[in-house]
Amino acid sequence: MLHGKDKLVTLDNAGVFRSGRWLVKGITMSVGAGEIITLIGPNGSGKSTTAMIALGLLNIDEGTTYRKENLRVGYVPQKLSIDWTLPLTVNRFISLTKNISNKDIDFALSLTDTSHLQKKELRTLSGGELQRVLVARAIAVSPELLVLDEPVQGVDFNGEAKLYGLIEETKKRLNCGILLISHDLHMVMSATDQVICLNGHICCSGTPEVVTSSSEFKNLFGNKAASTIAVYQHNHNHEHSLDGSIKSKAINEDQRNHDLNHSKDKSHA
Amino acid sequence: MLDDFFIRALIGGIGTALVTGPLGCFIIWRRLAYFGDTLSHSALLGVAIALLFEINITFAVFITSLIVAFSLLLLQRGRNLPSDTLLGMLAHSAIALGLVVLAFMTWVRVDLLGFLFGDILSITKTDIAVIWLGGLAVLVTLARIWRPLFAATVSAEIAKAEGLKPDYTNIIFMVMMALVIAISMKIVGVMLITALLIIPAAAARSFSSSPEQMALIAIIFGSIAVCFGLFGSLEFDTPAGPSIIVSTLLLFIVSILPNLFSIRKKKNSI
Repeated sequence: MLHGKDKLVTLDNAGVFRSGRWLVKGITMSVGAGEIITLIGPNGSGKSTTAMIALGLLNIDEGTTYRKENLRVGYVPQKLSIDWTLPLTVNRFISLTKNISNKDIDFALSLTDTSHLQKKELRTLSGGELQRVLVARAIAVSPELLVLDEPVQGVDFNGEAKLYGLIEETKKRLNCGILLISHDLHMVMSATDQVICLNGHICCSGTPEVVTSSSEFKNLFGNKAASTIAVYQHNHNHEHSLDGSIKSKAINEDQRNHDLNHSKDKSHA
Repeated sequence: MLDDFFIRALIGGIGTALVTGPLGCFIIWRRLAYFGDTLSHSALLGVAIALLFEINITFAVFITSLIVAFSLLLLQRGRNLPSDTLLGMLAHSAIALGLVVLAFMTWVRVDLLGFLFGDILSITKTDIAVIWLGGLAVLVTLARIWRPLFAATVSAEIAKAEGLKPDYTNIIFMVMMALVIAISMKIVGVMLITALLIIPAAAARSFSSSPEQMALIAIIFGSIAVCFGLFGSLEFDTPAGPSIIVSTLLLFIVSILPNLFSIRKKKNSI
């Protein structure tokens, strides 16, 4: 079922062996158009490695990978450092890998609330600002596959909810496949089609509800973390409502419905 | 006009500055200053080889730099030695090896200082042709691979993930670097090539708000330094190559002055 050519990327039993150990092993997964796949797992569990395999940045030592030909990719790497020698404005950075019209640059920046940074140099941005610009750039290439490696690091809580909302909105707008890496256990989006829980191999996978209630997940993160995720699920609903033009109204609703019960949320998911 | 040695030196020097400007930018963006140094030092080995086998010096230097560049890439991939150790080792061994090989050839008399620090005043019409043709080839190539090369400089991962094939452009970049070292050896010599590459680029940084602008300003600064250096050398009877580098240094110092003042002003206002 994984070899369906409608998939953008497929990994079949993929493994990477480096410096005497398997970084990841037996990874079988795929991302199709309009799908959001979220990778979670502890530090060093191979989340970034898995994303890099999917992107073709790492050669595998076992298994097979398939990537759609000439796949248009937007990639938000885990870190990017720009030093003084490189004069690079936000505007110029957006069209780094592809010519992008001014109109599209403006649009992408407005999506992440970074329009005011347009003429700033990249190295002067704060961590959270840089992160939002990175996301804007990846969206601006109008990708078929969007890969985000911890896109919310350094972004404050409100910004985080908004970014997740934006990712979901982008999926709908471009009908792209999304591979999302998150170390935020409590921020696994309810919009995610499949959560893959990694620890060198795939521990468990499924819808967010299935994964968080599975015993492997509880073993890996502990009961407390698992319950945290459950508690925070109502926040996913906030992201939903924050999305798009009803933003301000949504925020009010947000505050009023703070104790919203979960049965209502799930209708969203 | 080309019969005058000074005019030939000017034309050759400016032709060199045309390519060292943009290439120098990439060298400082990618933190390859020491790498460039190693490549240019290995040029002396190329000179020795050329004299030994009686082949064209520029060609031999180009090939030697190319071989050294790719062996460096391979050795770095092994990751057994830290790259600064590796570079330092290779740079100075290449110089030493070149000098030893030259010493063995008792039948050739070479102007060692000319190879080490440049001999721009003895530049011939053929040299000028090589510099300008080689330089134009480098510029045209650079313009063609500008986007992928620059994207890979900012983030190799993004460039590769988004299908720009940075490995391929890196190889072209190495070839261009070897070519520039080969053609600019005559101007400033193997010891000073890196300076001609990085100092105008570093001076250009303060005045640039985009990478393309920085490359252009580096060309202009390099050309100004060549003119100043040559006129200074004529005026004060100093060696031409080092005078050009001293001029780039002066330009760099002038370029950071506005920054220093603005920092002081900010401090005072606090």
